[in-house]
Amino acid sequence: MLEASNLECVRGERRLFAGVSFRLACGEMLQVQGANGSGKTSLLRMLCGLTPAAAGEVCWRGQPIGKLGEEFRGELCYLGHHNAIKEELSPLENLLAAAALAQESLDEDAALDALEQVGLHGRADLACRYLSQGQKRRTALARLVHEKRPLWVLDEPYVALDPAAVELVSGLVGAHLQRGGLAVLTSHQAVSVTAGALRELWLGTAAASYGRI
Amino acid sequence: MLISIRAVIGRDLRLAMRRQADILAAMFFFIIVVSLFPLGVGPEPEQLRKLAPGVLWVAALLATMLSLPRLFADDHRDGTLEQMALAPQPLGLMVLGKLIAHWLVAGLPLVLLAPVLGIQFDLSGDGLAVLTLSLLIGTPALSGIGAIGAALTLGVRGGGVLLSVLVLPLYIPVLIFGAGAVDATLTGLGPQAHLSLLGAMALGGVFFAPWPTAAALRVALE
Amino acid sequence: MTNRVINWFRYASPQTFYPLAGKLIPCFWTLAGIFAVVGLGIGFLLAPTDAQQGEGYRIIFLHVPASWMSMFIYLVMAFWAAIGLAFHTRLSGMMASALAPTGALFAFLSLWTGALWGKPMWGTWWVWDARLTSELILLFLYIGFIALQAAIDDPRRADRAGAILALVGVVNVPIIYFSVKWWNTLHQGASVSLGKAPSMAAQMLWGMLFCALACWMYSIAIALMRVRNIMLERERHTEWVRALLAQAE
Repeated sequence: MLEASNLECVRGERRLFAGVSFRLACGEMLQVQGANGSGKTSLLRMLCGLTPAAAGEVCWRGQPIGKLGEEFRGELCYLGHHNAIKEELSPLENLLAAAALAQESLDEDAALDALEQVGLHGRADLACRYLSQGQKRRTALARLVHEKRPLWVLDEPYVALDPAAVELVSGLVGAHLQRGGLAVLTSHQAVSVTAGALRELWLGTAAASYGRI
Repeated sequence: MLISIRAVIGRDLRLAMRRQADILAAMFFFIIVVSLFPLGVGPEPEQLRKLAPGVLWVAALLATMLSLPRLFADDHRDGTLEQMALAPQPLGLMVLGKLIAHWLVAGLPLVLLAPVLGIQFDLSGDGLAVLTLSLLIGTPALSGIGAIGAALTLGVRGGGVLLSVLVLPLYIPVLIFGAGAVDATLTGLGPQAHLSLLGAMALGGVFFAPWPTAAALRVALE
Repeated sequence: MTNRVINWFRYASPQTFYPLAGKLIPCFWTLAGIFAVVGLGIGFLLAPTDAQQGEGYRIIFLHVPASWMSMFIYLVMAFWAAIGLAFHTRLSGMMASALAPTGALFAFLSLWTGALWGKPMWGTWWVWDARLTSELILLFLYIGFIALQAAIDDPRRADRAGAILALVGVVNVPIIYFSVKWWNTLHQGASVSLGKAPSMAAQMLWGMLFCALACWMYSIAIALMRVRNIMLERERHTEWVRALLAQAE
């Protein structure tokens, strides 16, 4: 479904990685690992089509994502380094606004349910600036609860989360894989999912290595 | 498609309502700049009437410039812009939504304030009406052209100053026809020609500007 | 396979262009020199003294070509910008940024010589004439382009942002020109009309033409020199630049 071939990333004068290739099928998850500054975020942004690759190509269902354009973006859910939430808005408003921007139909009950699942019960109407870092991250992750798009690209989803929340997110990703979805995520910690196959990709100083466990 | 534009407008308006200080600051800037001119050039009504169209229009340009840097900067910083760029519809449409919201919170207040400030300059009733009308037609063009500059200078060193260098020369036609319309009314020529051209520019600006803006935003996101 | 071909082009074009430009530069300098000598010779020695303006008019041999070039270079710059945006070629972005300073220089020269000419002719350094005002705005557009490129660190991003600006500018230049002209006709009383050019003697025309050619050749030569510098700077980490520098030592 998702296929990357010979991706190369150049930042300024430094070549962060080159020759990164992988193929991800339904129900599989790819965990991208590497030291700080090894280009994990850049790789994820390339997979979404935000950053153009210096060389190589990303294909979705056999076609280059650049050609697919909106068709591809309609099947993609990206959670970036930043939470994409507004401090002035409440978690509920943020969630509804994010869904509207992504052209997803999400009614208020579903949104409240999602917030409750990520443990923000009773805080749905509080402006986000009064929330802790972890709670803000949870607000951003609440999008995943009712997310049915097949490809999830998550940049450091576990950052600032407590163990219970990590468990919760792993459960969401597992359910997603079980439905036949695909996921690509970066994380410094070991990731276990309840279902689906886990693959790992190491971005190192030399050529990237790629293995299956 | 329209739903997503509405979603963007709704979200931006709601945000603006919770950050009213920004809107008020730009409005007071407009009021203060306009009020300084009589102090600088003297209170003779004859002279003030002559200066009024230019002063009010230039002040409107500057007040618009003041609100432009934040048009995309907040969304860029907190990652919302990435989500917009990844939404399954053209980024240009989202930009159009943001433009409309920007005009409602930054352009429309100037239009509403203009007649009050025009009285300070001893403008006649006709003059005040045309001044307000010209700002009503012209300010959308200011938002449109300004958005291109705001997107180009997004995340760039010294963005605010650079933004004025890029955008102010492009504002010249709007200034000429906007101030010209009021001038023409005061000298008895009739403002129709100016206003039509201003309207054409505003239409062109609003419908053409979102696309280069979207392209510049994608460059900024790389 | 196709990937490799594209890569080859992308990486090779500055590499092949660099020595080519090196060979062309002396030719353009020579041409510029010849045209300048011929043009100025005609302008200063053969062209008759103007009946109304005396000797002072001879500044047009610099003024008019500079104005032409400032507008022409903006178009060329926008052309390269469009190519760069459409085909993602690196060379076109470099060409656009190499041309901008020359364009700005000509716009400035045109304004300056215009002022020098205006003082004896109309008794004032500056009038808000449509052409002068448009030329001033053109200079602003050049400065905006250069400032934007200078403010962005990543050259790729700088090229693309500059390209968008140049294209927006090119759409706006006619609008600005006509609006300024309109504005000027409405405020006719205050300004001096430049519209009525006195009928020119044939030698004047020839002199101006040669001077324009000299400016043109100069622009190409200096843009090529600048583009070579930009190439070396941007590609300094690549093999071919390293090899070149090793050779030079």
